[in-house]
Amino acid sequence: MKRLSRFALATALVLALAVPAMAEVSDGVVKIGVLNDMSGVYSDLCGPGSVEAVKMAVEDFGGKVLGKPIEVVSADHQNKADIGANVANKWIDVDKVDVIVDLPNTAVCLAVQKICQDKNRINLISTGASVILTNKNCSPTGFHWTYDNYALAKGTGTAMVKEGGDTWFFLTADYAFGHDLEKSTAEAVTKSGGKVLGSVRHPFPCNDFSSFLLQAQASKAKVIGLANAGGDTINAVKQAAEFGIVQAGQRLAGLLVFISDIHSLGLKTAQGLVVTTGFYWDLNDETRAWSKKWSARMNGRMPTMAQAGCYSATMHYLKAIQAAGTDEAKAVAKKMREIPVNDFFAKNGKVREDGRMVHDMLLAQVKKPEDSKYPWDYYKILRVIPGDEAYKPISETECPYLLEKK
Amino acid sequence: MFELIGIPPQALFGQMLLGLINGAFYAVLSLGLALIFGLLNVINFTHGAQYMLGAYVAWLLLNFLGINYWLALILAPVVVGAFGILLERLMLRKLYHLDHLYGLLLTFGLALIIEGVFRNLYGISGQSYPVPPVLTGGYNLGFMFLPLYRGWVVFFSLVVCLGTWLVIEKTKLGSYLRAGTENPTLVQAFGINVPRMITLTYGFGVGLAALAGVLAAPIYQVKPTMGADMIIVVFAVVVIGGMGSIMGSVVTGFMLGLLEGLTKVFYPEASNTVIFVVMAVVLLIKPAGLFGKAS
Amino acid sequence: MRLQKIGIPILLALALAAPFVVYPVFLMKALCFALFACAFNLLLGYVGLLSFGHAAYFGFAAYISAHAAKVWGLGPELALVLGTLTAMGLGLVFGWLAIRRSGIYFAMITLALSQMVFFFCVQAPFTHGEDGIQAVPRGRLLGLIDLTDNLSMYYFVLVVFILGLLIIRRAVGSPFGQVLKAIRENEPRATSLGYKTDRYKLMAFTLSAALAGTAGAMKALVFQLASLTDVHWHASGEVVLMTLLGGVGTVFGPVVGAFLVVAIQNYLAQMGAWVTIIQGAIFVVCVLTFRRGMVGEVLEFWRRRNAAGPPAPPPGGGH
Repeated sequence: MKRLSRFALATALVLALAVPAMAEVSDGVVKIGVLNDMSGVYSDLCGPGSVEAVKMAVEDFGGKVLGKPIEVVSADHQNKADIGANVANKWIDVDKVDVIVDLPNTAVCLAVQKICQDKNRINLISTGASVILTNKNCSPTGFHWTYDNYALAKGTGTAMVKEGGDTWFFLTADYAFGHDLEKSTAEAVTKSGGKVLGSVRHPFPCNDFSSFLLQAQASKAKVIGLANAGGDTINAVKQAAEFGIVQAGQRLAGLLVFISDIHSLGLKTAQGLVVTTGFYWDLNDETRAWSKKWSARMNGRMPTMAQAGCYSATMHYLKAIQAAGTDEAKAVAKKMREIPVNDFFAKNGKVREDGRMVHDMLLAQVKKPEDSKYPWDYYKILRVIPGDEAYKPISETECPYLLEKK
Repeated sequence: MFELIGIPPQALFGQMLLGLINGAFYAVLSLGLALIFGLLNVINFTHGAQYMLGAYVAWLLLNFLGINYWLALILAPVVVGAFGILLERLMLRKLYHLDHLYGLLLTFGLALIIEGVFRNLYGISGQSYPVPPVLTGGYNLGFMFLPLYRGWVVFFSLVVCLGTWLVIEKTKLGSYLRAGTENPTLVQAFGINVPRMITLTYGFGVGLAALAGVLAAPIYQVKPTMGADMIIVVFAVVVIGGMGSIMGSVVTGFMLGLLEGLTKVFYPEASNTVIFVVMAVVLLIKPAGLFGKAS
Repeated sequence: MRLQKIGIPILLALALAAPFVVYPVFLMKALCFALFACAFNLLLGYVGLLSFGHAAYFGFAAYISAHAAKVWGLGPELALVLGTLTAMGLGLVFGWLAIRRSGIYFAMITLALSQMVFFFCVQAPFTHGEDGIQAVPRGRLLGLIDLTDNLSMYYFVLVVFILGLLIIRRAVGSPFGQVLKAIRENEPRATSLGYKTDRYKLMAFTLSAALAGTAGAMKALVFQLASLTDVHWHASGEVVLMTLLGGVGTVFGPVVGAFLVVAIQNYLAQMGAWVTIIQGAIFVVCVLTFRRGMVGEVLEFWRRRNAAGPPAPPPGGGH
């Protein structure tokens, strides 16, 4: 009797596990959760704009996949990892969300990616920056789409040296993120034959950069690298203009800058800043067409790379469901790695084994006010950086499940 | 001698000057706090939000009405001060008979509301306020490049602080104010309308915060969170100085700005915390604060 | 008393059954904050000291226990104890500094000191800055009970919470607590009666910090992460809000307040900055209209109906 019931239990368990895998679309609907910062420091560069981009992807896909409807939900994690984790858990356990998209703030990314991995769901990171998301903390069902801090550091560092900016001084935000950014950039600079003259660690967050800018000026380095982000970068650039740093011949390199930051600074202040970006709305006809559609829904703003990345990632995810014939995470993840990414956002992008989507990056310089012909005409593209050159090569991977395979 | 520690003396002067400029903000803000505390016995947690409001009013005036910096320097403190008067009349007034902590809690709640409203309206990354055309550019002082605008900030804050001090120490109005702080009932008996004096003082203190906001607008990004982090540092400044004297809070403000500036050169890692460390040390040696009366 | 005899078993039964009805992670979060608020209330409600920097103990203990569990591989109970002890030490030092002043100065000093802890946590390498300490293992309780299951974790949290509450009640009800109340009512008189009031205040401060640390350490285990959120001054403000909303100086007030505030955070998460505005508005309404808090008002209503006497003065009446 006892044995029989145990057998029954085991059978039931096996069935319970097997059934979702066989079903085409679990719960008869594909639910996309956009989890990001709707009100805090990152809300302008992702926020509601990312939700709109995801909705556009769903509409362009036809609103249905494998004959089942697609739904979009969204939430604000307020940049608190516990709230993010809470929402993710509840979405998956209670609301049957199949994929979580966007994810700014590395702390939230790490927490949610782990949850998605444990519960076998896909997560598509667009705004999150850290390279560890596809290295030390990689996940077989986690994808990193738009950029990472390694690619930005390497792109800007290498390119600036090639253009003659071979001596550097860093203003570094004094926490893990800033230190990493400085380290990756310094490596790229030295590898390309440049030299790092020094660096100063400023507190985070920091209002007044004048003292640090003076130290940077005294170093006589040709390039001042801003290893910080968001409000810190904005303040540093603004105050550098005030102190006439750029006019005096030094160049500023922003290591993590979004077009929304430039918009907020204004061209007069930001001109001359060199940045690496994963996307620029005014690159070609295709990017312009999509961006103008998005812009019409977002009060005339133009999309950041993070927002455009959300569209591309969602589209690719839906295509992978179509190809796999199911929304089961592992099957979809497999297809996502097989299909190349070809849309307005990326040409011949490929999703690597570690979850990194490798695509070409752009090195851009902020235009002078007199060169800007229409609203949001901000960047002059200096160079296209091939994806394989920009991203951390897979041979240097620290991703545990790839290391095991080796 | 200075070269021994790796910093040429001229660069050091530059850094000290920069510190003084930041000290100007601490001074104006802690002056307002001290004034309000003196008469109302309320620690105005909304001070940071009102500083932010000052910057935003200036920005709004410029962008929607085309009103320039100089007029904003007068208008913004008036507008924000009037708003402060409204708050005092409608809410703060009801708490005077209670423990002072309730005033702190109320103003904390108000600060959250104001900050939240502006985050909803204008997002977080903030707006840029241009330096007024007359004050763009700067002078090469030999040892550093001094942006004209920063020089103006130091000069103007000194004028404001000294002016306030003169009004309070040397005029009749000021003597009423000081007397009202010591013994409100007696002053009332002399036929002076103390509640109105309290209201106006609050309005003035808030106006000072808004003034600091307008001064800060061209230097920092005008953003909803600009006041929140500032106010905690200013609290520490106030604890160090002790709120007993007007001059004390001004001098402490400038001195701590200077100290912070020097920390940025010698040990930048600690520049965020140095003021708090000083606060701890002062508490150990002179708990009432450098210029405070022992309670 | 009669209220307690019926009320407590009912509450206990509710607490035991709750995870089968409500999402357990939400309950655990609320319990962590409830303990945090109770610890804070020990100081505000019974000694009359408003600390505006309790996030320092809560958040720093979270970091320590997360680090202990993840990097040193300690079990959950040891991590919890270590977090508590750290918060206790921190509380001892900060309390020693802060009790030199009272009233508004005390609030500002605690706020400034906690801001210092915040900056330390941003910079220190072991906290991993903005990333926080992630994927903290919940481990096995005493090496036996697997806590990865939400249900067993919930009961563990519940036990710790009740223990914390009992400690607070014991402290408040003891002669020690009587002295604290005497200090709250009239410190000079307590001094003249021969009590070393500073020593009592410091003890209360340390105990409060330690329990706030327990709550923080527990939260780190529940969410398996420790982040800057918990050391930020916003968290200090939230715990004040919880206590004020629920009822300063009542035993269950902070618990009620914590559940309400956590519910607001969770269920209004989509509304973004509105959460801050709502919190601010609650502050204003509480301070202006019902200073006894929800539980306080109910108790007062109950008392008045039974005694039909004049109302007790609301807390904080008079200087």
